[in-house]
Amino acid sequence: MLALAENQPAPAKLGPQAVPAPSIIRMEEVRKVYDTGKVKLEALKGVNLDVTKGEFLAIVGPSGSGKSTLMNLIGCLDTATSGRYVLGGDDVSRVTRDQLAEIRNRRVGFVFQSFNLLPHISAAENVEMPLVFGGVPVKKRRDRSRELLERVGLGDRMDHKPTELSGGQMQRVAIARALAMEPDVVLADEPTGNLDTSAGGDIMALFQELWRGGSTLVVITHDPSLAKRAGRVVEVRDGRIVSDERTENRPG
Amino acid sequence: MRDLKVVFHLFEQSSRLAKKRAFLTIAAIAWGTVAILLLLAFGEGLKRQLDSNRKAMGENIAVVWSGESSKPYKGLPVGRDIKFRIEDIELLRARIPEANFAGEIIQWRTSLAYGTKAVNSRVKGVHVEWGDMRKHFPVEGGRWLSALDEKEKRRVVFMGDETAKDVFGTTDPVGKLLLINNAPFTVVGVMQRKVQMGAYSGPDKNAVVIPISTFKAMFGRDQLSNIVVQSPKPGQMKGILRQMNEVLGGKLGFDPEDDRALPTWDTVKSAKTNMNFSMGIQIFLGIIGALTLLIGGVGVANIMYAVVKERTKEIGVKMALGAKARWITLPFVLEGLVYTFLGGAAGTLIAVLLVTGMGFIPSQGNRVMEFLGKPTLSPLIGLATAGILGVIGLLAGWFPARRAASIDPASTLRYE
Ligand SMILES: Nc1ncnc2c1ncn2[C@@H]1O[C@H](COP(=O)(O)OP(=O)(O)OP(=O)(O)O)[C@@H](O)[C@H]1O
Ligand SMILES: [Mg+2]
Repeated sequence: MLALAENQPAPAKLGPQAVPAPSIIRMEEVRKVYDTGKVKLEALKGVNLDVTKGEFLAIVGPSGSGKSTLMNLIGCLDTATSGRYVLGGDDVSRVTRDQLAEIRNRRVGFVFQSFNLLPHISAAENVEMPLVFGGVPVKKRRDRSRELLERVGLGDRMDHKPTELSGGQMQRVAIARALAMEPDVVLADEPTGNLDTSAGGDIMALFQELWRGGSTLVVITHDPSLAKRAGRVVEVRDGRIVSDERTENRPG
Repeated sequence: MRDLKVVFHLFEQSSRLAKKRAFLTIAAIAWGTVAILLLLAFGEGLKRQLDSNRKAMGENIAVVWSGESSKPYKGLPVGRDIKFRIEDIELLRARIPEANFAGEIIQWRTSLAYGTKAVNSRVKGVHVEWGDMRKHFPVEGGRWLSALDEKEKRRVVFMGDETAKDVFGTTDPVGKLLLINNAPFTVVGVMQRKVQMGAYSGPDKNAVVIPISTFKAMFGRDQLSNIVVQSPKPGQMKGILRQMNEVLGGKLGFDPEDDRALPTWDTVKSAKTNMNFSMGIQIFLGIIGALTLLIGGVGVANIMYAVVKERTKEIGVKMALGAKARWITLPFVLEGLVYTFLGGAAGTLIAVLLVTGMGFIPSQGNRVMEFLGKPTLSPLIGLATAGILGVIGLLAGWFPARRAASIDPASTLRYE
């Protein structure tokens, strides 16, 4: 395990009561209502979800069913309208903006459909970005970004700008970035959606490798071949979880 | 500490791609700074020039004329002419010792001649003390009238510089004989050139001055045209003038409260008006300059707004990766400040060079500059400009930064 910054503050006790739980993610009756002035749209209508450490969870469902909304809540990019959400033992239903930022930095790694790399800086600098926010010293940042880029097979592309990389390579940089702070969970929203079959296959293989390495993964996908590789498939429809099944797959 | 490191890191990364933008914004601020500094420098020069022109007639002086009573006094009717004479000066000096008094009698259009050259000019008879009070300083080689001149009623004359030139041309008048109404007078001195703002009965350069005793003997008049009063400090003028009204009122028979009896020009009072006028001009120019600078600031803010908008997604990504709101905002504030600072420094340099350059233009005989003065930069101007620049810099970064901070990462990242 990589030791991070010495001056890294101890993870704050975030909620009023810390809940001892074996699960990394626990949602109870979570609702999300988007209030767009006139219309109130209930995107999530009471979701209950438990994800334990080391799981590889695929979320599937039709367009507009609320998958991305769910992922934003899991990743603390947004807060639920009601319900309870415990991430890694801490109740994060009601925390400040700064605390949310801190949680996103340390506990969650995001992978997006359109990669969302910062275009003006190199692959290595992109991977280092969460480490900058996490207060990791320069030297450690360099080592960590090299190690991660080598792990995703881009050891020779460290100094390339994202525009000089292929889609599959960009997504691998994004995955390296998501892993930088050793998060509790890696969240991916349609990570293969913008890739061709072969690049998508590479990414899927990479996810499986991470799973084998002990990472917890939550992946939203329309791609049945990706969903098939997960250890558990959750189906969302109209803001509710309608099915939750384990597959035969094991990390090993 | 960590905040600072993160902010500088992000600032450094984003400033790499902004060369052209940086140049434009810095130029806008520099232009605004030059404008405000030059305007204020002109204002300051004008103020100083007005001040010195105004003081050229005399400092802390008042001029008192004889008037007409408008209030009945001890049975005397209204409408009486009030007249004062040379001897009244003695009375005033004795009764109000802290002030200076001098009498002045004017003879209009008197013929002055030297050789074949003859002109008509004013001749004034004055007390010796009048010269200092009214700033009649002699050019090197000559002198002002002396107490002995006055005592012995000598036929000596001190000439205004322009009249001296009209009569003598390029000849040095000192020691020459000037015929005043055909009576020979020795020229003892010529007045130093001065730019005079404010005068009564014509500018000093166009008159000649003789001792008041000589004047009385020659023209047979001892009724004063006016009295010049000087107070030791500006604040005392009001009290001295009141005392003067009481002394003369008692002697000449008018109510000391009667303000028509002795019409008075109190230059201390009008100096205040003048100061307010200069101040008003300064403020006006300052506001114009500040507005110019503000336009530069709006330019900076605008460009940075555009940057925020253009980078909305980037900001959302950074937030998703764990950036706190202040780490997003502070680089923008810093950027605004740095641009403003650099622009301000460049502008100040240009303005200082320009003002210094203008300082080399000779002002002697240049009528425009004699009136407007030389543009001058003062520490106060620098301070005011720096203050305005600082505020504008902060605001220019602050508003765009606030917009950046209000970005909601979830909705930014939603649309793929
Ligand atoms: N910020 C928002 N404001 C208003 N409505 C929103 C917002 N975000 C999502 N919604 C609505 O919530 C519902 C769920 O959206 P969401 O993006 O979670 O769907 P999704 O399952 O991810 O769909 P897709 O598969 O197309 O990505 C949709 O009806 C959407 O219009
Ligand atoms: Mg979606």
